[in-house]
Amino acid sequence: MSTPKPTSIDATLDLLKRGDYVADRSLATVLFLALKLGRPLFCEGEAGVGKTEIAKVLAATLGRPLIRLQCYEGLDASSAVYEWNYARQMIEIRLAEAQGVQDRNQIGSEIFTERFLIRRPLLEALQPQAGGAPVLLIDELDRTDEPFEAYLLEVLSDFQVTIPELGTVKAAEPPIVIVTSNRTREIHDALKRRCFYHWVDYPDLAREIEILKVKAPGVPERLSRQVVGFVQELRKLDLFKAPGVAESIDWATALGELDALDLDPRTVNDTLGVLLKYQDDIQRLQGSEAAEILRKVKSEVAGQPAG
Amino acid sequence: MDALPDTSGGTPRGGRIARNLVHFARTLRTAGLRVGPGQVLRAIEAVETVGLRSREDFYWTLHAVFVNRRDQREIFDQAFYVYWRNPRLLERMMEMLLPSVGVPGEPESRKPLNRRLQEALQPGRGEAPADADEPPEVEIEATFTVSDRELLQKKDFEQMSQAEIDQALRAIQRLRLPIPERRTRRFRASPRGARIDFRATLRRARNPAGILELRRREPRRRPPPLVILCDISGSMSRYTRMFLRFMHAITNDRDRVQCFTFGTRLHNITRALRRRDVDEALAKASTQVADWSGGTRIGQTLHEFNNKWSRRVLGQGAVALLITDGLDREGAAGLAEEMDRLHKSCRRLVWLNPLLRFGGYEPKSQGNKAMLPHVDEFRPVHNLESLGELVAALSAAGGKDLRLARWQTGLRKE
Repeated sequence: MSTPKPTSIDATLDLLKRGDYVADRSLATVLFLALKLGRPLFCEGEAGVGKTEIAKVLAATLGRPLIRLQCYEGLDASSAVYEWNYARQMIEIRLAEAQGVQDRNQIGSEIFTERFLIRRPLLEALQPQAGGAPVLLIDELDRTDEPFEAYLLEVLSDFQVTIPELGTVKAAEPPIVIVTSNRTREIHDALKRRCFYHWVDYPDLAREIEILKVKAPGVPERLSRQVVGFVQELRKLDLFKAPGVAESIDWATALGELDALDLDPRTVNDTLGVLLKYQDDIQRLQGSEAAEILRKVKSEVAGQPAG
Repeated sequence: MDALPDTSGGTPRGGRIARNLVHFARTLRTAGLRVGPGQVLRAIEAVETVGLRSREDFYWTLHAVFVNRRDQREIFDQAFYVYWRNPRLLERMMEMLLPSVGVPGEPESRKPLNRRLQEALQPGRGEAPADADEPPEVEIEATFTVSDRELLQKKDFEQMSQAEIDQALRAIQRLRLPIPERRTRRFRASPRGARIDFRATLRRARNPAGILELRRREPRRRPPPLVILCDISGSMSRYTRMFLRFMHAITNDRDRVQCFTFGTRLHNITRALRRRDVDEALAKASTQVADWSGGTRIGQTLHEFNNKWSRRVLGQGAVALLITDGLDREGAAGLAEEMDRLHKSCRRLVWLNPLLRFGGYEPKSQGNKAMLPHVDEFRPVHNLESLGELVAALSAAGGKDLRLARWQTGLRKE
């Protein structure tokens, strides 16, 4: 049921395309390397450029289970790797006592077995799965603190986890690991060195139009060209948070729902909140500046041949 | 490295390309990228996997291995085009350096080369072994222009005596910022903790000691990340050295400290300050910063900080410490908005204003008026002579600052 890994860069591009992910060649190259050489892929980039999507698409197209570890501050081994089932362990001890088992050593070794182990995402990803090695997504790694990052070193370089009571668990087939970061802090070099690094950039005009075609198919061609043109202009401005691809898709979809055929200043003003997430940015743009950009974009789109 | 396995179909014979990759890596390393032998091996492996069919694929293959951070891309990009234009490095360097032999129609090389890269490419450091016996050309040095070097006004710091260093360390140990330590979501063992540590309890159950003994735990506390923004303009120059010592001591004392200086421009000097030796650190920082004792553009530099850095350093409940006299050359243009943005991005904003030679402070200047409404904590200090006093001023009990509240209401009414 699982598809074999791609054997060339072109095959990787095709694979992503089948999953409705419009990638450029640079991404396909690193992804191919990561898959082929079995090393994690470390994706950094602004919010909303499709970093997480890579893992999802990969899991879907390769037909493998996706295991996701969402990082947060204070994430520790008991919620990321494994935890013992304490309630069951205690019941087990009570039962043993009730049965008159005297040897505490025996009880001790019995309650630290696989039966009482709760697997969290990292350990789960090292277990053999039905559809082959899973895709492990470690999302927004920058949200955790440094100790957890250091812990990941063992997992990402040797694909193994050490449980003191049980020993070392090693993956028979290493999972496909995608690590993402929004760069709210710098990740340590030691971790990056174990991965292939890729900076996911905003797409260029042509690729973003193509992305909209795939992701918001109901939106008329001319409108989506205007949307992309407008968003691309916004990214050139000195905004606190420039809109990502996710925002363009949302905006195009929203405009499509509103049955707009053409961008006009009023619609732009009303829906600017879909694109910009900071009040300062919205205030700055609302009114004349947005209208100015719109005029420019419209004349450009009108000048282009359709198709 | 020469004994690489021969791979078939499209991939190069190991030896040559491996050797070139080693030298390319050395070039990058000299240019400041952190490239170790492990990455060279990985690069060879990666190139063998992808093959050498297209230049673009080759570029991105090496990029995936050698580049670790977004800001390294520029140097990598230039190094790539210079180095791989022709696999024989020294020959190609000659093409590049001697204008008469310049290769026409090479669009990549139009931009002036990064200076670090120029230095890295100079012969004697990274030449290919095949040409090692060729003497380096003397003209090379002259050919390089320093167009991209900025005129730096270097600051000369006196060396610190051991007594001063000890004093600084003692002072920092006394430092209690007006921000409590934060409770984290991690736990540590504690006999009187409120929660039971099941893992430790049951681990003890393995020992044949008798009854089950409860172990307890409590949340771990740690100081929040600290971001220091320090004004180094002319009006503050009396104190610059002390603030740098302060920043150095605190950077080396705890983790998660980021230091910035600003005058007319913003500089992140954290990496320089991480050196343990204080003189070395300050010397390093002084070469990095270009605007010692110049004017102040607080609004503009804060804007740069907000847009470029705030999201990268103000995460996880960070506290920002702003050290400035609030005298702005630009007449406080845009300052209020940027202060507002900064205030919203951090957990707590502390402003230390050191330039008050008399006790009765009133927010008079435009800069002060623009900044005061947006701070959580205001520490005006007069007669700041030593680190000890600086630390004392910062550590003084917070409580409710009635003066600040009065000024803030006054300014809001205006």
